[in-house]
Amino acid sequence: MSAPKGVSELSVPADERPKDAAASRAATKEEGTPDRRRRRGWVTITLFLLPAMVLFFLLVLVPIAIAIYTSLFKWNGLGGPPTNFLGLDNFVRLFEDKIFLGDLQRGLILIGLSLVIQLPLALAIAMLLNQRMRGRALYRVVFFVPYVLSEVITGVLFTMVFSPTRGLANQVLDLVGLGNLATTWLADPSMVLYSLFLVMTWKYFGFHMILYLAGRQGIPRELTEAAEIDGAGGWKAFWYITLPLLGPTIRISVFLAVIGAVQLFDLVWVLTEGGPIHGSETMAVTMFQQGFKRYQVGYANAISVAMFLISLVFALGYQRYVLRRDTEGAITVMRDQR
Amino acid sequence: MTGRSARATAPGRRPGARLRTLLLHATVIVLGAFIVVPIVYGVLGGFKDNAQLATSPFGLPSPWVFSNYADLLVSASFWRPLGNSALIGVATTLLVVGVSALAAFVFARFAFRGRELIFTLFSVGLMFPFAVAILPLFILLRTFGLLDNPLGVILPQAAFGLPVTIIVLRTFFRNIPREIEEAATLDGCTAYGFFWRILLPMARPALATVSVLAIVASWNNFMLPLVVFNDPNWWTIPVGLRQFQGQYSTDTARVLAYVVLAMLPALGFYSIAERHLIGGLTAGATKG
Repeated sequence: MSAPKGVSELSVPADERPKDAAASRAATKEEGTPDRRRRRGWVTITLFLLPAMVLFFLLVLVPIAIAIYTSLFKWNGLGGPPTNFLGLDNFVRLFEDKIFLGDLQRGLILIGLSLVIQLPLALAIAMLLNQRMRGRALYRVVFFVPYVLSEVITGVLFTMVFSPTRGLANQVLDLVGLGNLATTWLADPSMVLYSLFLVMTWKYFGFHMILYLAGRQGIPRELTEAAEIDGAGGWKAFWYITLPLLGPTIRISVFLAVIGAVQLFDLVWVLTEGGPIHGSETMAVTMFQQGFKRYQVGYANAISVAMFLISLVFALGYQRYVLRRDTEGAITVMRDQR
Repeated sequence: MTGRSARATAPGRRPGARLRTLLLHATVIVLGAFIVVPIVYGVLGGFKDNAQLATSPFGLPSPWVFSNYADLLVSASFWRPLGNSALIGVATTLLVVGVSALAAFVFARFAFRGRELIFTLFSVGLMFPFAVAILPLFILLRTFGLLDNPLGVILPQAAFGLPVTIIVLRTFFRNIPREIEEAATLDGCTAYGFFWRILLPMARPALATVSVLAIVASWNNFMLPLVVFNDPNWWTIPVGLRQFQGQYSTDTARVLAYVVLAMLPALGFYSIAERHLIGGLTAGATKG
């Protein structure tokens, strides 16, 4: 394979290329007319694509369509299709529902805490573990382990840790002489959201740390070294070189933290089922309660749709205004290859 | 790399720098303790009885109580969910990786009208959270008679795993040089032959990565098996653990033993597949 040929072949669309190659080799050996070959190409495309499309259509797109459709009805989800058409009443009800509005507020608090505490902490630890220090590999493993454990394992473990009577948390506070801070962690409506955040930090901060570590390793060492030669060490190098170059990774990490908070369910369900007095309830928990416990399926689906729209608007907006400069290059490269 | 970084930190060794290093180390150690202590508490707690848990939460068990772990290890309430989780995880992975490999091959190697539209549709699926579809999925599965049936979990999990799997595999398939496909075609290889005998074997690293992601997602999935399986015989580890906690809510030591046993397969798997897991998780985020 000579170099010029290889380069020219790259720009030829895939389904035409084998035909050309074969034709140039020996026209007589060409099996079938171009028409028949093209038809066979379509058969291959259809056969290969069909299973994925059927699966995706039936179990992703159809359920979402059902959610959107039934959100316009008062429906208990039993019996036949819904008949009691309400229009947008379920959505109007959302904005009068104190629990749902509370979900939004609690979601914002969790996102705020993540952005202000969890992610900077993960970044700091990642920068630290990027330097040479004793036990670095062990620390990396330790910080990442909670991410490997499922939400349910984490949740059940922490219901024990936060148990008011023989829980670990209060006993630790006692041990370090802060016994008067001992509290009922998960049973206090004004405390429970922060306990939840503590568990989220335990579980997820290692994941963000790993992202930052991977991003940091992608930054050429020459850059920070050059900065040091120019007299910018330590904080300055971090602030003016490492941090901007970590931009794409940080933006993705923020995106994942926000989307994760919007969809949070498993951890909350295991820890508190949203209680006490809705103190830790999230949109997904409210939806689950309404749909599976109170059989208000139409209304529950309105919550689903709201969740979906919030995720979608956020994702599109984020893509458009924040990630744009990161993906611009990638998309134009893809376009060139096409 | 490590040698150079030592030099890189050297100019910072002014007065106070040592103090800073010390503080940073202290931070890491405190945080490490924050992560480790609950796990150690769980492991040791499983070897205690409830009275010991209340009186000496930190100390070693005395005497060591083996019955919590032993009871579970001879009971179906642990092994049955473990088997179910394994079955569902493997089936989900095979299905989603197989189906996605076929689709990704077409997306990567064929040019046809509507390709980008269909691909975009799949990519948008990345943004559909499971929670949004759970109620309609439940209703659909009930209609198809797939409740209390492992397929009721396997099929939706595979469907929701398609976007990420297809995107990763398509990127990989695209990067396999055209010359290889040409050579294969000249030697009389059909599209199927090229896919099966050349592309898939070459894509082994990418297949491993997406398989690890799929099996971990399935293993940890809670919401779907929770609503699909009413029959305890089909409960997976997360559902089984959750129900066990409800059943033995006052027997903390026993529940801790279950938690620890449930951790072991995940930790074992992580130690084997660490590279693929971390590679898969960070691939998207660092390339931007």
